[in-house]
Amino acid sequence: MNILVLLKQVPDTTEMKIDKEKGTLIREGVPTITNPDDLAGMEVALRLKDQCGAKVTAVTMGPPQAENMLRELYAMGADDAVLLTDRKFSGADTWATSNTLAAYIKQVDFDLIIAGRQAIDGDTAQVGPQTAEKLGLPQISYVDDVLEFSKEKIVVKKALENNYEVLECPLPCVITTLSTIAKPRYMRVNGISHAFEKDITIKTFDDLNIDPTIIGLKGSPTKVKKTFTKEVHSNSDILNLDGKASARKVAEILMDMNFIGK
Amino acid sequence: MNKGMNFDLSPKQAMMQKLFREFAINEVEPIAAEVDEGERFPEETVKKMSEIGMLGIPFESKYGGGDGDNLSYILAVEELSKVCGTTGVIVSAHTSLACNPIYTYGTEDQRQKYLIPLASGQKLGAFGLTEPNAGTDAAMQQTVAVDEGDHYRINGTKIFITNGGFADTYVVFAMTDKAKGNRGISAFIMEKDMEGFSIGKTEHKLGIKGSSTTELIFKDVMVPKENLLGPVGKGFMIAMSTLDGGRIGIAAQALGIAQGALDQAVKYTKERKQFGRSISAFQNTQFTIADLQTKIDAARLLVYRAAYMKDMNRNYSSEAAMAKLFASEVAMEVTTKSIQLHGGYGYTRDYPVERMFRDAKITEIYEGTSEVQKMVIASKILR
Amino acid sequence: MNIAEYKDIYVFCEERENKIHDSSLELLGEAVRLVKDRPSLDYKVVGVVIGDHSDELAKIAGHYGADKVIFLHNENLKHYSTEIYTELFMDVIKNDKPDIILIPATVLGRDLAPRIAARSDTGLTADATKLDFDPENQESALLYVTRPAFGGNLFGTIINETKRPQMTTIRPGVMEPVHGDPERDFQFDKREVNIDHIEDKVKLIDVLQKDNMAVDITKADIILSGGRGIGDNFHVLEECAKMIGAEVGASRGAVDKGFIGKDHQVGQTGKTVRPKVYIACGISGAVQHLAGMEKSDYIIAINKDPDAAIFSVANIGLVGDALEILPLLTEEIRVYRERPY
Repeated sequence: MNILVLLKQVPDTTEMKIDKEKGTLIREGVPTITNPDDLAGMEVALRLKDQCGAKVTAVTMGPPQAENMLRELYAMGADDAVLLTDRKFSGADTWATSNTLAAYIKQVDFDLIIAGRQAIDGDTAQVGPQTAEKLGLPQISYVDDVLEFSKEKIVVKKALENNYEVLECPLPCVITTLSTIAKPRYMRVNGISHAFEKDITIKTFDDLNIDPTIIGLKGSPTKVKKTFTKEVHSNSDILNLDGKASARKVAEILMDMNFIGK
Repeated sequence: MNKGMNFDLSPKQAMMQKLFREFAINEVEPIAAEVDEGERFPEETVKKMSEIGMLGIPFESKYGGGDGDNLSYILAVEELSKVCGTTGVIVSAHTSLACNPIYTYGTEDQRQKYLIPLASGQKLGAFGLTEPNAGTDAAMQQTVAVDEGDHYRINGTKIFITNGGFADTYVVFAMTDKAKGNRGISAFIMEKDMEGFSIGKTEHKLGIKGSSTTELIFKDVMVPKENLLGPVGKGFMIAMSTLDGGRIGIAAQALGIAQGALDQAVKYTKERKQFGRSISAFQNTQFTIADLQTKIDAARLLVYRAAYMKDMNRNYSSEAAMAKLFASEVAMEVTTKSIQLHGGYGYTRDYPVERMFRDAKITEIYEGTSEVQKMVIASKILR
Repeated sequence: MNIAEYKDIYVFCEERENKIHDSSLELLGEAVRLVKDRPSLDYKVVGVVIGDHSDELAKIAGHYGADKVIFLHNENLKHYSTEIYTELFMDVIKNDKPDIILIPATVLGRDLAPRIAARSDTGLTADATKLDFDPENQESALLYVTRPAFGGNLFGTIINETKRPQMTTIRPGVMEPVHGDPERDFQFDKREVNIDHIEDKVKLIDVLQKDNMAVDITKADIILSGGRGIGDNFHVLEECAKMIGAEVGASRGAVDKGFIGKDHQVGQTGKTVRPKVYIACGISGAVQHLAGMEKSDYIIAINKDPDAAIFSVANIGLVGDALEILPLLTEEIRVYRERPY
């Protein structure tokens, strides 16, 4: 059994701050993390490996620095790591990204592809399904639990807005995972000790046999026309009261609005 | 190897640090206050650490270890101690005082039988040297091991044994020849299940309250000959060299407590407002924080240097002593002043600095008091 | 690709519980607004309904602004299927050549849209919050799609100049539906579709209810919301919420830490809420959170840090510890409720 996990290294958006005067993002010093939905997907793959002895390969497209993320995934227990990196790949929208990922995946053997539902930098949730489409594979998105897994099929629980669906799909297929599906394991000390000795397979444009017009910024149908940050307004009344007075203040507001009846 | 001075962690060490930090924040910090308050040994944390491989970091994987270096192990103790001094010393005592002498002085059979379960975290280790009448003066050992052919019969009592109540495997020192003083001491590997081996009273302490500090009582314990660790009469040397390594661990514990306390103070002084502004805006606060962080950094350099020298297989006794001497004193100063920066709140159990202050004190005492460290350092300079 | 062949705005109408879901009605409303804004294009709003539903259900799209409703009907199409819906929508794209396709960014929409976009090799913008035609060219049908990124820290305006259709999913709760009018005129184009040739490998085995179905914070008048600062003390919020008649919300930080379930999450990656009163407790006010609550009618912020960003969107800010204040508030209201007259 071969499981491919698609992951992305992203800036930790909860650590991002806005320069209030300039109205721009402060990107400096923002740490990068492995996208949470993807990391949960890796954990699912590793659990399937623990149960059924699958080989788990981490696949990412990104700049050379993404190597560090792949080493961490080795330290968690991934068996193999692949980095798709080339200036020609960069600036890609989700369509162009999925073309690149699919071009690589077509070259290798696999039974299951796990991708995170969405990445916290773009929140699009598109790359998983688009990659599935480019590979002609069925997909199940928003997976919150894997109920059954065998050589032939996978049975999962998909989270919708108000309920869950239990869905079955023959392999190979693509599932996209929510961050709540599984708490990622910690790296292992032993894993870290050997993570830097392992090879990372690097694939560039020349390795992928892909039409240059469907990848990267140039190949992306969607273009960013402009970006801007939101204005932060300051019209509030900030009070420094003791606990009791603060509680009374909130109570008064709620009563004034007639929320608190007898 | 690097060609000269280098103050950066290697990528591997940096990744270790990241792991230990995440683990400490997610698994250890949330229960630290409760562990202290209840004087509860955090068994669940020990189990989690064993899963990750934190209980045998510097030993080879063939012995159940993590294939890491001593500096990585030190980083683990530091990160744990930032949030919980108790958890820091559990790892330090286990790794430095139990695993390390078995690794260093044990036969291959002893390594196979005892080090593998310890380093892989299936079992916990402890170290028994101190007695009611033999603290720094180890030659006053009253625990006696009598050679009875295929075994030793051991009788005596040890006190202040870290991990005492929860360990499975103990490295214990006993007199095999009283007449020879220090040269009559030998080291043994003992197991908690051995007949006649029992745990005595548990100490109630000022700090590191979750750490299990107990008496060990030996009543005619028959210890097989193959459990003799190192040659007969070499126990004192084994104890001293083991403590050299242990001191780096305690220095790292002190370093962690200091940094943890200052981190709390920095956070608090930014939040706390008096006279219409954060107290971090006052110069007194700023100067205090600057002084404390400078001292912590100095301590860190000493601690990392000692670990590095151990990794390089050089003699590091004096460096380990300096690291422990300085880091423990810095820990006392930083925790004291961090409470001061918190004002009245710092004196309450609502803020962790109160616990950190109590935890810091022991680092000046165990595995050699500050005075003993000075003796070690001076003897090297003046020899 | 001859872009000029493509015209009109198509809205995918998602059925849920035998109704067209609000998120789709909102898109119909937005499509109506867009068409009116640029009369020179002479675009129509086309609603696309897929399934085994009744004509009555499909016609609701017309009542809510569609000039034409395409109803792809098949008796055996009882529930959503990625593959079948994609294939059926592809037929519409090939035959009818829509210029713009709007799909709600629901779980279903976000499953379907990327599949259609990839199959038709066109661009897709996710989770848009604002749509406009090219402001620089009054004749242009180029859609300017604005969406948040980096957790709401940054906004981007995205265009697709080269491929058609222009596809986007749109965040539920952002656009305004038009007033539903059952008398409204529209063209009803019902197509009996064949699905026998489409192989759907994914099989629906069961539908499970969520344990806590009661939590729908988007409908609450008051939301009492907690952040990482609350730690593992959400019970304090719950007690207080019960007393004041509020639902409990949470920031992503608190949800990620596992202090409270995902259903409670407000913000960019959670729910967008507009309660009458939003009380933010121990929430620093990351932009990602503000994106989901700043349109609340009245915002009360409680935070220990006087410089917390949350205060910048609050109507009133209280510097203090929510864990101290909330129990006092609970008590205050309890005493008020139990007063003897």
